[in-house]
Amino acid sequence: MPFFQVEALSISFGGLAALSDLSFSVEKGEIFAIIGPNGAGKTTLFNCINGIYRPGEGSIRFKGQSLVGMRPDRVARCGIARTFQNIELFSHMNTMENIMLGRHLHMKTGLFRGAFLWGKGSFAGKEERENRQKAEEIIDFLDLQSVRNAFVGALPYGTQKVVELARALATEPELLLLDEPCAGMNSEEKQDMIFWIKDIQDELGVTILLIEHDMNMVMDISDRILVINFGRQVTLGTPDAVQRHPEVIKAYLGEEAALEPHP
Amino acid sequence: MDMKRDYYEDIRFFTSGVTVFWFVVLIVFLSAFPFLVKNYYVYVANYMAINVIVAVGLNILVGYTGQISLGHAGFFAIGAYGTVTLMTSAHVPFLPALFLAAGTAAFFGFLLGLPALRLEGPYLAIVTLGFGLTVTQVIGKLDFFGGRQGLHAPDLVIGSWNLDTDREFYYLVMVITVVMVVAVRNIIKTRVGRAFIAIRDADIAAEAMGVNLVVFKTLAFALSAFCTGIAGGLYAFVLRFIEPEIFTLLMSIMFLAMVVVGGLGSIMGSITGACLLSWMDLQLRNILSFPHVGTWLESLSRMYFSITGVSNIQFILFGGIMIAIMLFEPLGIFGIWIRTKKYWKTWPF
Repeated sequence: MPFFQVEALSISFGGLAALSDLSFSVEKGEIFAIIGPNGAGKTTLFNCINGIYRPGEGSIRFKGQSLVGMRPDRVARCGIARTFQNIELFSHMNTMENIMLGRHLHMKTGLFRGAFLWGKGSFAGKEERENRQKAEEIIDFLDLQSVRNAFVGALPYGTQKVVELARALATEPELLLLDEPCAGMNSEEKQDMIFWIKDIQDELGVTILLIEHDMNMVMDISDRILVINFGRQVTLGTPDAVQRHPEVIKAYLGEEAALEPHP
Repeated sequence: MDMKRDYYEDIRFFTSGVTVFWFVVLIVFLSAFPFLVKNYYVYVANYMAINVIVAVGLNILVGYTGQISLGHAGFFAIGAYGTVTLMTSAHVPFLPALFLAAGTAAFFGFLLGLPALRLEGPYLAIVTLGFGLTVTQVIGKLDFFGGRQGLHAPDLVIGSWNLDTDREFYYLVMVITVVMVVAVRNIIKTRVGRAFIAIRDADIAAEAMGVNLVVFKTLAFALSAFCTGIAGGLYAFVLRFIEPEIFTLLMSIMFLAMVVVGGLGSIMGSITGACLLSWMDLQLRNILSFPHVGTWLESLSRMYFSITGVSNIQFILFGGIMIAIMLFEPLGIFGIWIRTKKYWKTWPF
């Protein structure tokens, strides 16, 4: 049984096939990149996986369990977290509270126990403290101490991306979907992000699905790469194999480059 | 620079010795208040406190969860009628009747939350508006609820304590108000409140992080309706007589105005907004008896504003003050408070 498997996945919006007959599987602990031109269907694939879209056909299985038709919050409960291409942070909360929302799944305080937050010893007080400690560990891990109490709406773009990653990590996922984590970052921030993504794979043992346009980064950190265009698979393989594929060269370097012999 | 030693410090109620001091001052003041003022002002305070409960409850929905309601007078009516009929027809004691009635309001809140799963903004406003209007129409039609004639509130007795004066009733209202405001504040600071705010700021992301939108959106409606139901039940005993005409659309809009004028997403804001607007509502009509200005305002009103010849300058002033607050401080009274606090922190620079 593969760790994560997509089979014959298709979805169309008003006759336009956004994804058609897409199949692949991801091994546990892998960094699996998905690349392709704009509009190829990469984000649509993520939206299908985490339940925002319901695919027309095909199956998505995570550790043997089917995810098709599951609501996003149920998918999150299965151990799949994601970040968004266009940042979707809770802009009126500070960094700490954003990360604490990532702990939502692991907390139990409801209306009554929340209303009776009478001191440290109460259920809610205890749970808050334990989970804030966990959130603080993530803040340390991603170097966010300086913005811990800042409202995220006012943070620089690059930092907001990191807070999103922190929030996703706070859910303690087994599978992490990263939608263009480096978009809009300067080279220094990119270096940090690459470093963290590798750490998340190595130290936390999280499997990562990555959408990214920065080819250097993708080739550098991915174990395998899926190339899609017009919602269909172009090729799938290791970074070296993908780089040599004629259609990939055509898509990324242009028609002429593909016709010329590769140096 | 504030140093944190414990994660509990982020959420605890008393952030420093100063807040403990002010809280004690507030409690002492509230306890002594009925002995310091005329009976009429005790009545005003009761009216204010009830509006505070509504505003804090409505703020959960509008300010924190980002939904809208133009139908809270409906929940208010359910609370009021529920409490009175349970006491008179079923002979339930006051406190259980109050909570049962508020529970009924919460149930209707839950039902009204269901369309909110698909609708937002102006569309949700219309649905809630329809709810508010329907409730009073239905109540007015049913003889069980006294129909158009209305209902008299029974004597208010808790155990062996007969609360037959405004002063005695004041203590009951204040205890309930303080407990409810503190409870709501605690809910907002913990997991449920964070989920509400997350839904407001980015509902897709909230769902992707594991927040069940169905549960938490309907919960926000139910909780908000529960608070309003409690306030409605108390209000029946302030008026001592209830009829459907009390629970109008204007009432719903006034509740909303309290939350917005006070400052969306702030409990202190809701409290001050409710106090200010209910005070203006009761006191602004006295402006006509001001020396010199009063007569001038009255003639001004008769000449230019009034259609029926009855003076209406107080409503115009009311509207003018609300416009001025929103114009100069879009964050409401809470925004003014934040700026004052900043100013004093850095004073004299």
